[in-house]
Amino acid sequence: MIAFTDVSVEKNGVAILGGITLHLRERRVGIIGRNGSGKSTFARLFNGIEKPTSGRVALDAPHEREALRRHVGFVFQNPDNQIVYPIVSEDLAFGLKNLKLSARETQARIEAVLERFGLTHLRDRFTHQLSGGEKQMIALAGVLVMRPRMIVMDEPTTLLDLWNKRKFMAAIDALDEHVVLVSHDLDLLADFDRVLHIEDGTIVADGDPATVVAGYVASTRC
Amino acid sequence: MLTDLYVFADSPVHRARPVVKIAALVVLCTSLFVCEGWTAVTVAGVLVFTGFALAGLGPRHAIVSVRPALWILAAIFAVQLYMTDVVFAGFIVARFVVLILAAALVTLTTRTSEFVDGILSALRFAPAWVPKAQIALAVSLFLRFVPLVRTALDDVREAQRARGLDRNIKAILVPLVVRILKTADEVSQAIYARSFD
Repeated sequence: MIAFTDVSVEKNGVAILGGITLHLRERRVGIIGRNGSGKSTFARLFNGIEKPTSGRVALDAPHEREALRRHVGFVFQNPDNQIVYPIVSEDLAFGLKNLKLSARETQARIEAVLERFGLTHLRDRFTHQLSGGEKQMIALAGVLVMRPRMIVMDEPTTLLDLWNKRKFMAAIDALDEHVVLVSHDLDLLADFDRVLHIEDGTIVADGDPATVVAGYVASTRC
Repeated sequence: MLTDLYVFADSPVHRARPVVKIAALVVLCTSLFVCEGWTAVTVAGVLVFTGFALAGLGPRHAIVSVRPALWILAAIFAVQLYMTDVVFAGFIVARFVVLILAAALVTLTTRTSEFVDGILSALRFAPAWVPKAQIALAVSLFLRFVPLVRTALDDVREAQRARGLDRNIKAILVPLVVRILKTADEVSQAIYARSFD
């Protein structure tokens, strides 16, 4: 699905990620690691928000950065920073307008995504008046409405309470799209196909959730 | 709050093209300053109130729109009263009230996305070097992030109050500005991620 070839990222002369080479085909991939380990930078490489200093990120066959952005959606930790318009339906239309879709297609996609997550009642609500869980669902809907092939999420459940976290994860479980989830909540990754453990900008473990998470937990004992 | 102003309805004013509403607002505001005197203010006032009625908006909406400016209007009235007389002071304040209500009529009946489309439409004949889409997006972001900045200010103030620093401007401004800059950074990433050029 997506391939990283000897990808490195440096910021202000400091190495953030170094020499990452891997190919991800699995439908559910988790990323774990300590704060400052490079997880978020790694996640931002998937859809071109972050550019590699060297190396290459490519979707299937060789693609340009624009293709990454078009086919890989990104959900941020804080939905307030992702929602651009004051009214829900306007915000969902934002990405579609950027794709130059017709008004009819835009409207149809908005209705479909709201229906899909049972959010139709929020269509004409002001975004700043929504609860944290509703905002995160709208942020997810704003990405899904663009019909990406893969969705990368950077700790999307951190600001949610238990109920909203479960609701959000149920929505994630039901997605057909490929999902890459950065999370400190290790329980969420139990059913994932593959988990990457990143430390000091490199992948130190890569495999099934049980093995990788156990190794990560062992490495963090004080 | 600013972004709470839009009132969902299906009136002729709501349906009017945003560019027409913006143009009408510009013409009305300019006319009020070009045509001095109570007649102009009265005519403009009647037009604005007719617009309110057509849009199905009541006195409550008018009061909510003017209320945030009451202190400034009071200050203007006081200064004019000191410098001129009560009639002229009243005229200046009445003119400002009509201007505020006219602007409110546009925001009460125009969604942000329509407003942005209106700006884009108005900028259609601008030179190629004018960043039209960016200007329109900046307007929508301004409207969207007013409540967000206000929430951030409340959070910072509360945190500093817990440390006994709620009267220290520096202790409030520095973390607020840092937070806004970090937010701006992530917002720009989010906009990029949603295919905006």
